[in-house]
Amino acid sequence: MKKARELPAAELSDLSAVRVVSADRAHTPFWRDERVLRVFAQLAFLAIILLLLGYLVNNMLQALSRQGLVLGFSFLSSTAGFDIGETLIPFDRSQTYGRAFVVGLLNTVNVSVWGILFATLLGVVVGVARLSQNILVQFLARFYIEALRNVPLLVLLIFVYAGVFLNFPQIRQALRVGPVMLSNRGVYLPWPIPTETFDDFRLFLLAGVIASAAIWVLLWRRHKGSGPAWPKWVWSAGVGVGLVALGWVVLIAQPPLALEYPEVEGLKVSGGKRFTPEFMALWSGLVIYTAAFIADVVRAGIQSVSKGQVEAARALGLNGAQTLRLVVFPQALRVIIPPLTSHYLNLTKNSSLAVAVGYPDLFSVSGTILNQSGRALEIIALAMSIYLSLSLLTSLFMNWYNRRTRLVER
Amino acid sequence: MSLRPATAASKADVVLPPPTERYPLLGWVWKHLFTPWHNALLTVLALGLLYLLAVPFAQWALTQARWEVVVVNLRLLLIGQYPLEQVWRLWLSVHVLAFVAGLTIGSTVRAGLWRAVPILAAPWALALVADFDLATRAHLGALPVVGLVAFVLGRLGHVYVRRHVIGLWVIYFPLFILLVRGLTAEEGWLPVVPTNVWGGLVLTFVLTVAGIIFSFPIGVLLALGRRSNLPLVRWASVVYIELVRGVPLVTILFMAQIMLPLFLPSNVTIDRVLRAVVGIVLFTAAYQAENVRGGLQAISRGQYEAAYALGLNSLQTNLFIILPQALRNVIPVLVGQFIALYKDTSLVAIVGLLDLLGIAKSVLAQPAYIGTQREVYLFISAIYWLFSYVMSYLSQRLEKALGVGER
Repeated sequence: MKKARELPAAELSDLSAVRVVSADRAHTPFWRDERVLRVFAQLAFLAIILLLLGYLVNNMLQALSRQGLVLGFSFLSSTAGFDIGETLIPFDRSQTYGRAFVVGLLNTVNVSVWGILFATLLGVVVGVARLSQNILVQFLARFYIEALRNVPLLVLLIFVYAGVFLNFPQIRQALRVGPVMLSNRGVYLPWPIPTETFDDFRLFLLAGVIASAAIWVLLWRRHKGSGPAWPKWVWSAGVGVGLVALGWVVLIAQPPLALEYPEVEGLKVSGGKRFTPEFMALWSGLVIYTAAFIADVVRAGIQSVSKGQVEAARALGLNGAQTLRLVVFPQALRVIIPPLTSHYLNLTKNSSLAVAVGYPDLFSVSGTILNQSGRALEIIALAMSIYLSLSLLTSLFMNWYNRRTRLVER
Repeated sequence: MSLRPATAASKADVVLPPPTERYPLLGWVWKHLFTPWHNALLTVLALGLLYLLAVPFAQWALTQARWEVVVVNLRLLLIGQYPLEQVWRLWLSVHVLAFVAGLTIGSTVRAGLWRAVPILAAPWALALVADFDLATRAHLGALPVVGLVAFVLGRLGHVYVRRHVIGLWVIYFPLFILLVRGLTAEEGWLPVVPTNVWGGLVLTFVLTVAGIIFSFPIGVLLALGRRSNLPLVRWASVVYIELVRGVPLVTILFMAQIMLPLFLPSNVTIDRVLRAVVGIVLFTAAYQAENVRGGLQAISRGQYEAAYALGLNSLQTNLFIILPQALRNVIPVLVGQFIALYKDTSLVAIVGLLDLLGIAKSVLAQPAYIGTQREVYLFISAIYWLFSYVMSYLSQRLEKALGVGER
């Protein structure tokens, strides 16, 4: 008879093993032997699951054969026959369903990345404002958080789309806020356009990036070797920006980037960068909704740093900004990152609500393909597995980052 | 001096509260809004922002907005096409809701009761102001009374009531579904109302409540499965939970609408509301499982060992020892998940059901009300906001009253 220690070390198994050992050793009948029972329980569980799955799949195959459908992904290479409003890569109706999927996926990634970026910025600002000593600022932040957390995202998205972005005036009476132009056909921003000298300017850009990275590493090494703590960011950023500025000055005869302003010409707009109402509604809705949650996470994180830490930092002579940067934030980050990850994941998954405002993201394009080809099972499976891999990728990255920042326990 | 708390009888012993910082009003404003100097800058910025946002909004809401679209379609938005002669069942469920909520508040909430005043006053204000028929007004008038009576009862027997408050909610949810759906055939006293006429806020509530009732036990089972020492059971739970948590709800709802009929035998038909419920339950169960697992992980191992030492088997240990403690620890998280579920039910509008959002869209499709999106969507946002705010408030109170994290 084995001893308890040699049994699998899962949390409870050694407990049950203790009881087995303490029972009458030689004469435990097999129907009361936990080791046998465990195997039987799992076999029974497996059998039930397999039976259930088999039953469902069998029903499905029968239903498919009644409709004369065959499973398979060969339809992905047939012609799409529909256009997509917004694409990051060229696409037209003569291309395949497969490429349409890729277009949708890129749109999803596009809106998620920009959404995550701006939601984080807004969320941190609101979260810090929530802890402001200024009562008015605190009230505004609190109002923002409480108002948005308790409203469904879908309602917010549709409200922003139909109530705000489609409600802007027509193109001829377009609203102008500074250089930005607002109309019901989209938001137009001035956009830098590279000129002939841009290729030369690129060299300066490259040199700037390399130099600032090198300086940062150098100063960091010196600092780690107990050298003086130079302001690393100031120096590296200063040198980088300086090099780029030098490039601009050298090429001043023909500036490498020209800012192009949107202009109304009859019924069209020339110049500038257009953001469609669909993209703007989805992006801004995701940003302001997710920022409310991120703000709460940031607030909780900052509050989790005990007051003694701040007092100790002040006693050591750090100023307010240093206390925040060197003492409070690194510790708050440990509390903030895990929930922040799940909000990033939520934002990515929530971008599938694009279908309600007509932005051609992965899910919305899938819906169109489904209507055209009737391949429900394959398309839903494909869309789900892509979302799943996006989620897994995001959480892998955030877990890696979390491992880097968490407390090293001894 | 004695350390006993002072009573009214012995005035000499009155213990004064510790001195606080007191300012005149202007001093208070000065301290909180204008010192140090950058605070003054922030104040000016915030005031400017407030002005920029609030003034145009107030102007629009008071002068330009066509609120009559909400008034005319109020019944549609709230109960959809529910048959008029059966509306008493909805009222009954609302009264029971007021009663249970009153008991909950009465037995758990001690301070800050003034917050309840607007909630109590709202039905009376509605009954007085809006143009309803007599029955509606009577119901509205009775609602705060029911709530108040329940509140007093809860306050009187708070020790006893508090213990059973969760049980009351557990009973209320199925009762609500039963009342909405009905029990008997056409001629009976509680005829079945077909799901195709369910709509508006009622459908939103039905989806929420059905989601809560069914996702919770599945979630608990999945959580126990994930911590099981049988590898097969553990892997199956992990795969299910991670699969579902990795995909958006709308894809699952879509799958439920399109695929569910395929998975079932051809002679079984399943109506669209039920399909949506299945999708919502499958989705929420995975999230609830993770929340419950959090509670389970907080239970110390000694609890298991003690239970085994007393001779309880696994089922008894989990049911009587582990789960009651684990679930109590995660009540706020569970309620938070239910609030998320309530908000997520709006996604069924994408698959074509007429819940609060879906019916708002169909109201906006009427030619007479083109261009009133802001009014309608603001109104339904306010409804969504109100209920989820109340839910989160009640769960915070319940958490305090049950002493979560204190024992």
